[in-house]
Amino acid sequence: MTAPVQELRSSRADGREPAVRLDAVSKVYGRELLALDRVTLSVDRGEFVCLLGASGCGKSTLLNLVAGLDRPTAGEIDTRGGRIAMMFQEPALFPWLTVSANIELALRVTSSAKSTTKKERRERAAELLDIVHLAGFGAKRPHELSGGMRQRVALARALAQDADVLLMDEPFGALDAMTRDLLHDELERIWRERELSVLFVTHNVREAVRLGDRVVLLSSRPGTVIEDFPITLPRPRRTDSGDVAELASTITGRLREEVLRHAKPAQQSAGTGIEK
Amino acid sequence: MTVDISQQIAGLDALELSNRERRGLAARIWSRTWPMVSAILMVLVIWELVVLSGWRPEYVFPGPITVLGDLGNRLGNPEFYAAVAVTMRRAITGFAVAVLVGLVVGAAVSRVRPLRAAFGSLITGLQTMPSIAWFPLAILLFKLSESAILFVVVLGAAPSIANGLIAGVDYTPPILLRAGHILGLRRLALYRHVILPASLPSFLSGLKQGWAFAWRSLMAGELLVIIANQTSIGEQLDNARELSDAPGLLATMIVILVIGIVVDMCFGAADNALRRRWGLDQRVG
Repeated sequence: MTAPVQELRSSRADGREPAVRLDAVSKVYGRELLALDRVTLSVDRGEFVCLLGASGCGKSTLLNLVAGLDRPTAGEIDTRGGRIAMMFQEPALFPWLTVSANIELALRVTSSAKSTTKKERRERAAELLDIVHLAGFGAKRPHELSGGMRQRVALARALAQDADVLLMDEPFGALDAMTRDLLHDELERIWRERELSVLFVTHNVREAVRLGDRVVLLSSRPGTVIEDFPITLPRPRRTDSGDVAELASTITGRLREEVLRHAKPAQQSAGTGIEK
Repeated sequence: MTVDISQQIAGLDALELSNRERRGLAARIWSRTWPMVSAILMVLVIWELVVLSGWRPEYVFPGPITVLGDLGNRLGNPEFYAAVAVTMRRAITGFAVAVLVGLVVGAAVSRVRPLRAAFGSLITGLQTMPSIAWFPLAILLFKLSESAILFVVVLGAAPSIANGLIAGVDYTPPILLRAGHILGLRRLALYRHVILPASLPSFLSGLKQGWAFAWRSLMAGELLVIIANQTSIGEQLDNARELSDAPGLLATMIVILVIGIVVDMCFGAADNALRRRWGLDQRVG
């Protein structure tokens, strides 16, 4: 299972250095449950990588490992000492703080060495809110905003960490299609301007094709990399364009194969890598 | 292009923002007071009916008019205010010490696992212990003194306060802990910026419950531990019974009830304010 992946990786050797590198990373929960099986993956500096997979493929587990929220059972994760920010499916804003104070807290923790003043942080928070088109909402409480606005505050908070790597765990999954389209444009703009390296987890194939430089397909139970699609369509792309739809249906087909494999009788389990 | 996007976003935002308006102050006060006023009126009517039925002679169980008259006389008497002042001083001192003890114990128990295993259920056990059962020991330890009363007040209130904090820490939403971790908050910083603020609502309800226990313990204490030459609400109640002063007795009981309700309303207001700030008050419809 790992051999074709190795090939794929070497085939796109273009001299860019990786911002995140996972080397044969496995994660076992409890005694038996193998969530990730020897995943090898890298995200280059400034690259936008989408991780795609059906449920149970350990996408979120993988992000948690990269974020340092959890430790791998085996294998190595190298983030080159870069700062890592993360967005979740929920905004996860602190309800006791105003929108601005949420961002200021991130600034405060991040810039503790540089010791900024409260005034500087407030101004910086206002700038960041402006970037996500929320200028003037700093004094509001998170619950006073809509879901899409809260998610943008979460994005501003992640940007406040001045991170090199942005991990996103289905950040737009709970939003309506129109808001999501707009946020795709926003994210793409910010990603380019700030030269971020993004690892974006989603189960939405079109979203992955719309955003990614590469779409990495994970198998389910256990999660392993099964295919790595480079997306060379010119940007900006539109989720409803023909090219995106065509590529998305190819990838969906591959994903369906993977799902069907699980519907077959148990003798297939030898091929899934579960060691009994 | 970008102008277009920002306008679209602004349009969506404007559509999605809830335009919930709070009603005026007068309307809110009225909507809260009228049920209370009618409940009080109802109680007074039932009380008067019981008296009129002749179940007990009037010198044993006087009607509301006599009692409220007596209460009115008391309100003009400086001795009454001295008694209330002594009782409230004890209540505030005892409650403050209980908050301190509850905070320290709660923080330690919620943070240190062996302490949790050792004392977690003991604290809950202490909470169910009737505080009046502590008085014999308190009197043995501190004689008939204010220390004996405060000892029991603190023991009555502290477990609830500690439990409130522990529950708050336990139920800190995991997603907020993860968000804090991602921001780089660790240990004490995580405690200060995430766990403590997140446990505030639970801590507040612990405080409210703690106050109820403190107030009960204090009244029991003031009836049992009567200190010579020092008036207090409990002492006045005991005095009224000894003199068979039924109107005075009932008037003092009303005072105890009203103080309890007023303080409880203060906690309720704090709780409401918190819920509104956090957006926890959004009911359906």
